[in-house]
Amino acid sequence: MNDFQVPLAGFGGALEFIFSPQSSNVTGGKSVGGLEQSLDLALKQLEVTGLAMAVALIIALPLGLYLGHKGKGEQVLVGVANAGRAIPELALIALVAALIGVGLVPVTLALAVLGIPPILTNAYVGVRQVDAATVDAARGMGMSESAIIRKVELPLAVPTVMGGIRSSTIAILATATIAPLAGVVTLGDYIINEGIYGLDGRIAGAILVAVLALSLEGILALLQRRLTSDGLKLKTV
Amino acid sequence: MASLSLLAAVGEVGGDFFKERTSDTLPCQAKPNEVFCFDWAKDNIDRFGTPTVQHFELVVISVLLGFALAFALALFAHRQTWLRPPLLAATGVLYTIPSLAFFFLLLPLTGLGKNTAIIALAAYTLQIIYRNTMLGLDNVSGAVKDAAKGMGLTDRQILWRIELPLAIPEIVAGLRIAVVSTVAIATLAVFIGGGGLGTQIYGSGNLTFPTSIFIALAIVMVMALVLDAGLLAVQRLTTPWRRARAS
Repeated sequence: MNDFQVPLAGFGGALEFIFSPQSSNVTGGKSVGGLEQSLDLALKQLEVTGLAMAVALIIALPLGLYLGHKGKGEQVLVGVANAGRAIPELALIALVAALIGVGLVPVTLALAVLGIPPILTNAYVGVRQVDAATVDAARGMGMSESAIIRKVELPLAVPTVMGGIRSSTIAILATATIAPLAGVVTLGDYIINEGIYGLDGRIAGAILVAVLALSLEGILALLQRRLTSDGLKLKTV
Repeated sequence: MASLSLLAAVGEVGGDFFKERTSDTLPCQAKPNEVFCFDWAKDNIDRFGTPTVQHFELVVISVLLGFALAFALALFAHRQTWLRPPLLAATGVLYTIPSLAFFFLLLPLTGLGKNTAIIALAAYTLQIIYRNTMLGLDNVSGAVKDAAKGMGLTDRQILWRIELPLAIPEIVAGLRIAVVSTVAIATLAVFIGGGGLGTQIYGSGNLTFPTSIFIALAIVMVMALVLDAGLLAVQRLTTPWRRARAS
């Protein structure tokens, strides 16, 4: 039994840290943690994630759909996807902080860079997978090329496109956890600055980040179901 | 010429040292806007040896562990199809939890150090490998399996001699994604005391300077490329029939 009490005590202290402010021995009597600060940090993390996702979407989604429609650039996209996976997020954030500067704008742009490859490649693949006969039929009905992308290819590619958006969101949110290294104080601050928040704070930060990531993923999965046309759902069941 | 320790003893070295700091001949790694100092890199390349080995160990052990587990789960779910949705959901949860958070969720259970890092990194690879293995097994054509059955092979023989060899391309594709992502994410192991190249990016509670970060980044990228190429070679060697068809 004793073996289990020690780890569980670790989580107990962390939960207390999330809900009620604790005294810290480095902030000169100012207390740390508590629901208010936790919510603040969580909102900051969601804010920078949302901004970076918006930038990544604006760049990658139209480009991926267009390239998929034209069937061009597959080799380049494979390279972009592989390179995107191989970039260590710690090095990216560290270099941004050292060479470009700290703050919301540089961090947002760095996170957007991480978010672009999954959206780009999934949009491309999703459009390529659409049956060529369907596209020909749409063309025969007199649809313009942009109408084909918007009204035929995109709706049929929703599951794949959303898959890319989901991986990209999770990658950005995960990296936003180390954003405090570049001056954007997210929930990761609890984890990174043990000196201020203590061990309870570190574990509390981990719990909050995990909950945030899982909730966001759940919401996006629901959104994907809503956006997928009923005809496509029948096929996958 | 007098030895360095002799110079130090008479105060020559120390004296110069302080003089340097006050003039504008600062060593280049101490200048804030220096992007890359070749002098520092040349003199300090040794310090990247041990972190590189640690990093490599973290990646290889994590991916092997993840592969063993995911492969076993996939074989199990291949026959017991009712297990597929819960396994996909469970590995999905492990995949979604950011690695840094995962490290510290494990902290009360497994403590600081590289074991915690390995468990979290292995958990992260499960879904990628599991999903690709399932995909590979599902893609084997029914006609091939029927032919094998007609030749009198048992279910077990069909699995090991027909289905798994034909699934190798998808399985290796999953492993390649897992390895490349793990090489990148293993830099975060520094936060849990797991060592690796992250120590040369974020050392003793602070970010290091650009030269050190660039070198670590370069080693990480090269390691990812090398491991990826190695897995591709393994795939070529284990699926000779694909080359025969291609030529």
